[in-house]
This record gives sequence, C-alpha cells and structure tokens, in this order.
Amino acid sequence: MKKITRNFLAVLMSFMLALPALAQAPVEMADGMRAEGKIYVVVAIILMVLIGLFTYLFLLDRKVKKLEDKLGNNR
Amino acid sequence: MRNNWWKILGIVLLLYVHIGGLLLHAPRMPILNETIRALYFHVPMWFGMTLLFTCSVVCAILYLAKPTQRMDFFTVELAKVGAALGVLGMLTGMLWANYTWGSPWHGDVKQKYSAISLLVYMAYFVLRGSLDNGEQRARLSAVYNIFAFAAMIPLIFILPRLEDSMHPGNGGNPGFNVYDLDSSMRLVFYPAVMGWILIGLWIASLRIRYRLIEEKILELEDEKNN
Repeated sequence: MKKITRNFLAVLMSFMLALPALAQAPVEMADGMRAEGKIYVVVAIILMVLIGLFTYLFLLDRKVKKLEDKLGNNR
Repeated sequence: MRNNWWKILGIVLLLYVHIGGLLLHAPRMPILNETIRALYFHVPMWFGMTLLFTCSVVCAILYLAKPTQRMDFFTVELAKVGAALGVLGMLTGMLWANYTWGSPWHGDVKQKYSAISLLVYMAYFVLRGSLDNGEQRARLSAVYNIFAFAAMIPLIFILPRLEDSMHPGNGGNPGFNVYDLDSSMRLVFYPAVMGWILIGLWIASLRIRYRLIEEKILELEDEKNN
C-alpha cells in the first residue's frame, strides 16, 4: 500500500515538474517576418485588394440606386 | 449616405480586422504556430453563413405567412450569399486543415457535417431551378428552406459536439477559450464576424434590389404590351 502511494506521488511530482517545461517549449512563429518589417507589405497588399473590392461594391450600389431612381422605386 | 452607415461600418471593421489580424498579438500554440490567425478569416465565414441562412429562413416563414414576390427575392438571395460564404468557409478550412491536421479532407466530424448541410442548401437551389411556375417555386422552396435550416443547425452546432472532432469546442476538444486565454483574439475575431455579416447583407441587398428592378421592368413591359 505504501509503495503504491509512493509511486503515485512520484508520478504526480514528475507531471508537476514536466508541466512548466511543456508550457515554455518555444513555439515557432513568423517572428523573422515581423522583425524585417515585411509583414507590413503583406498588410498593405491585403488592404489594397480589400479597398478595391469595397470600392467596386460601392460603385455597383450606386448603379443599382440610379436604376431604382429611374424606375421611380421608392426603395 | 445616411442609409449607408452600416455598409461603412462593415468596411471599417474589415479593414481593422485585416490590419489587426496580422499585426496584433496572437497566442503561441504548438502545431498551429502562425496559422492561428486563420481563425480571424475562416470562422467568420461560417458565422456569416449562419446569420444569412437565419435571415433567409425568417423571410421564408414571412413569405408563407403572406406570399409576396418581394419576400421570395429576400429568401433566395440571402440564401445564395450565405451559401457563397459557406463555400469560402469550406475552402479556407480545407487549406488550413492541410497544414495543421495533415490533409485537406480529414474526415473530421464537423467538416463532414458542414459539407452535408451545404449540400442540403444546394438542393434548395436545385429545387428552385426545377420549377417553372413562379408562385409554386416560391412556396415549395420556402417550405424546403425551413427544412434545410432545421437540418443545418443540429448538423453544425449540435452533432459535432457529441462526437470527437478536431475543431476546438467540439467533442473531446477544449473550448474556443484555448485560443484566447488572454482574450486577445476576441478583439479581432468579433469585429471580423460583425464585418463579414454586414458585407454579406450588403451583397444580398444589392442582389435583392437588382431582382426588384428586373421585376419592375417586366411589369412595365407587360403594361406596354397590353
């Protein structure tokens, strides 16, 4: 009985010791890209595409509005 | 411009999301690594789809209560934009799965069931396409729309939670909180959901207005001929 308890405690201890090590394992991220500042290029490109698409949507919206006005639609 | 504030809000939110999503802090997680940021772009697709399908089913019920051509346009166009967002969610999910789970189609339970619910909605469009009579098409498809919605909710939100899924918050997996122990991801994720919902509604509204104009033109032509 005593042996089982001791074994159990030993396992528990080893878990407790291992946990912080697990938590602190270095996780690879795109740190280099951030350090170089190249990430801003990616952000700028994505923003250009988005702004282009939204402008397109707005122009489409305006065209539909013009047609509605022409037909005398209230909505 | 005063009626367009929600469109501008959607645009501003999404511009913020694409800046913040790439530049703000994200937790360091093994296996996911930097791809954790895909959460900002993949999950809002499904949220957007769900909301648009919800709007669609509400319109379907309203149509059945009081049939008007206008309500039928609302129902079908909302469902179309919702389905488009769902397909984007599926494709982005497959790309993400390829690099984190090991293959694009992993047989993950949520992946399978969301594919099934998309197919259920595809059948909605097939049903509409196979009926010639406008009124009959609107009525039958409104009824089917309710069934499709009733199938989608358990398929995506309930069943995957009962089985083992690799999606966070499902099966044996811990909840969404695993991604944002310090809540930092919520700062980008919730605006992303809001933004995509607003943009989805905007696109749907354009399609609805286009259908209404088309309808009006047909009416005017009829009047001229008679």
